[in-house]
Amino acid sequence: MRSPADSLAWRLQGTSRTELMDEIVKDFLIESKENLDRLDQELVKLEIEPSSHELLASVFRTIHTIKGSCGFLGFSKLEKLAHAGESLLSKLRDGHLALTEEITGGLLAMVDAVRGMLQAIEASGADGDQDYAELVARMARLQEAPIQKAKGQDATPVPQLSLPPETPASASPEAGAEPAPSLALDDFADPTKIGGLLLQRGQIRPEDLAAALEKQELGRKKIGEILIAQGAAHPDDVAAAQRVLEARNPQSAVETIRVGVNLLDRLMNLVGELVLARNQLLQFSHSLQDAGFQAVSQRMNLIATELQSEVMKTRMQPIGNIWNRFPRTVRDLAVSCGKEVRLELEGQDTELDRTIIEAIKDPLTHLVRNSLDHGIETPAVRRQAGKEASGVLKLRAFHEGGQVNIEIRDDGAGLNLGRIRQKAIERGLVAAPQAAQMSDRDAMQLIFAPGFSTAEKITNVSGRGVGMDVVKTNVEKIGGTVDMQSIAGQGTTVRVKIPLTLAIIPALMVTSGGERFAIPQVSLLELVRLDASQPGPGIEMVHGAPVYRLRGRLLPLVYLNQELKLTPAAGIGDAKTAPAASTATNIVVLQADGRQFGLVVDEITDTEEIVVKPLGKQLKGISAYSGATIMGDGRVALILDILGLAQRARVLSGAGDSALFENEKRKKKAELAAAQESLAGRQTVLVVQCGDQCRMAIPLSLVARLEEFPSAAIETAGTQEVMQYRGRIIPLIRLSRMLTGAQAPAAASDRVQVVVYSEAGRSVGLVVDRILDIVDQTLALENTGQRPGVLGSTVIQKRVTDLLDVASLVRVAIPGFAEPPAAVSSGVS
Amino acid sequence: MASSQQFCTFFLSGHFFGTPVPQVQEVIQYQEMTRVPLAPEMVSGMINLRGQIVPAIDLRKRLGLPPRPAGEQPMNVVVRTSEGAVSLLVDEIGDVIEVGEEMLESPPETLAGCARELVEGVYKLPGRLLLVLDTERAVDGAKTVPTAT
Repeated sequence: MRSPADSLAWRLQGTSRTELMDEIVKDFLIESKENLDRLDQELVKLEIEPSSHELLASVFRTIHTIKGSCGFLGFSKLEKLAHAGESLLSKLRDGHLALTEEITGGLLAMVDAVRGMLQAIEASGADGDQDYAELVARMARLQEAPIQKAKGQDATPVPQLSLPPETPASASPEAGAEPAPSLALDDFADPTKIGGLLLQRGQIRPEDLAAALEKQELGRKKIGEILIAQGAAHPDDVAAAQRVLEARNPQSAVETIRVGVNLLDRLMNLVGELVLARNQLLQFSHSLQDAGFQAVSQRMNLIATELQSEVMKTRMQPIGNIWNRFPRTVRDLAVSCGKEVRLELEGQDTELDRTIIEAIKDPLTHLVRNSLDHGIETPAVRRQAGKEASGVLKLRAFHEGGQVNIEIRDDGAGLNLGRIRQKAIERGLVAAPQAAQMSDRDAMQLIFAPGFSTAEKITNVSGRGVGMDVVKTNVEKIGGTVDMQSIAGQGTTVRVKIPLTLAIIPALMVTSGGERFAIPQVSLLELVRLDASQPGPGIEMVHGAPVYRLRGRLLPLVYLNQELKLTPAAGIGDAKTAPAASTATNIVVLQADGRQFGLVVDEITDTEEIVVKPLGKQLKGISAYSGATIMGDGRVALILDILGLAQRARVLSGAGDSALFENEKRKKKAELAAAQESLAGRQTVLVVQCGDQCRMAIPLSLVARLEEFPSAAIETAGTQEVMQYRGRIIPLIRLSRMLTGAQAPAAASDRVQVVVYSEAGRSVGLVVDRILDIVDQTLALENTGQRPGVLGSTVIQKRVTDLLDVASLVRVAIPGFAEPPAAVSSGVS
Repeated sequence: MASSQQFCTFFLSGHFFGTPVPQVQEVIQYQEMTRVPLAPEMVSGMINLRGQIVPAIDLRKRLGLPPRPAGEQPMNVVVRTSEGAVSLLVDEIGDVIEVGEEMLESPPETLAGCARELVEGVYKLPGRLLLVLDTERAVDGAKTVPTAT
């Protein structure tokens, strides 16, 4: 880090003094802002591990640098404040004080005050009118607090700088576990510092180092320089040690410069042009047949490729850059709301484009605040709900399908949909009947409406109604989406998906219907090639839907050419009626949203690193694509959005939903079915046979699962037939006995078919004789005499079928079903 | 003296169209295009314009004119719009002409269909009429009027 004093020294010749000061102040501001950001993180970390001397030392050093610089630049108020902080920290460092929440609070307040002053300096050139006397006094008070033992920390007197260890060996890095070495001693033990390294190599004596360190405290020179000046070390040794350090820790040695983003943009475009010119040159060189020219163009090719990738990298930044400030935000919020929150960060090094990083900074901060304020409950409430007192807020970032996914997940109370509906009505966003009809998912979307807030009182954290709608618009502005899932009592997950406009992703290139497409490799699981001559079933049909048996599991298939309505290539024909008619079928096994499906393509060509480019606005609406890319030959190829494609093809709405949201999905499906019913009278029903002649229909929306068990699995509890099912005991109802009065032909077959019905967390098994079919049709019910558990009769597949009223049937068969569990279990056992 | 404006002119199925020169980024030869399945019908595909991916809109389809005879290759008029560069496919490129405002008239009421929305005005040139294309609308329509495929 270049100190302002250094820059002053070399700039003094020439430029006028005011100009010079301006520049120095500017440098100071930039540098200090970075330092303050780091301080925030380090102080929060320090609170978690208060005994970390490394952290303490780093915090101390940072404050010291700020203090030194502002003293030099004549910002006396700022200096006074920093000084107060420094003295407090030195007490901590020397073990006279233990870190308490109060002290951390004081130090963080100081950081904020310093930040405020820096802003004042930036705006007016002076360090502001506020003198922060109260804060300085607070810091002084904190210093006088009695010595407290920090948790688990031994408060033995700390060795002082003037007492170097007796032998260098005891200061070797392995001795780091010794109780509380002081800051300066770190320089002895730490071979990542020049003093420590020289000591380890036996090139200097410990007492010389101690003397040099003392000198360094006074002045601001480098240890190496002091050692050379003292004649204690050979300049060559110091230089060699410096090189070793730089090689070992490149970060500390790498010089960075600031470059304007628009310059990078321009570079990016120029490199794009260069790459195109390169492509033309290469084609030209092939036709020219000149060995010398070909060699040159090959070289040019390599350089251009490398240049392109390096320039791309200049614009990418890890998302950690903006997450870094969340520990502080979360800590402050948690303290002010009286909550305990543990922040977990995952995927901090996920890289995305700089401009996108900037654009999502505020939306993400807002989401984090929301989770803390609305999501996570107070410790008392959490304990009551049987959860750990401290809530967990988890941020996760990862690349998927050429997009960056960011998840903000809390384990708080979840969204209160009732309240959301009510608030939306109060605020006039929807009419009452409309709100009542809304599905849960639609209701959840209400929180994205402008002006919406459910906060009881407006806090300084959130509840002002400028929130989720702003988050949504900001994310959508950069082509992203916001999705929210919530389970009452278990928490809320917000998923932000943003495109990587410039990201390079590995992709599999395929062709279908004569067109080329790129499939992001993250979605790719495996490739399967079916030869027509190969024995085995190949592609089979289940109710018109093609499937393939992949190692015993049914893999639903999607024909890319059909999905995209491309003219089918010769030989494939209409795959729905004549699958696998061609000689070979290529199946790309993909994963989207945790589920697998197979994509049938004409040809699989190659894998390639592609540059994701956004589609024009005219094509944004097509969910099947996530972007486009330019191939080596200069032509454009579309990048498939696997999730979008799967949703289009409806291969995702089946079994195998991710467990967490299974109930939600089922509920949604039930609602959907109910809506369909009310709209057109259409219903999907499961047709079963009970007894010899009787056909029954059960609305499919009520069916949790279809199972087959050996008859031996049926046990009895009292008079009730029961069965062990997924770790629980569920009662069984024999439909034929119940509805027709017929005695079930006992042991007629050794397997029983069970339709599992669930309600309010309780399940019951309906034993049927045969499962016949699933039918989607309009049900014209006719009343054929009152029977308990039967809604009426209708004609399905030209045969009279009774439509079951499962809910009341179950209640007739098992009185007390779906009451509080205690009542039922006593009836069962 | 009324002010005058420069137009980049082109032909579409015998009609003489123009767009103001400042809106035109460049005019290029027919480029190989990548089809976009499921896209609105008027989006013929995408072209690679020096590393930038630009959608190409078939103005004949957009204006409801008969399709281009087979074998004829269209030209690209790349226009700057609020949504980035977009290429308009036209039959043939005309000259850049300067016309005075006194010759401008609003489009005739009898103009049919899409053309009515997309023609901003008509210049009465000696011998023929110059139809001024509203490029923003021509491009926007591709978004708002998706055609079932």
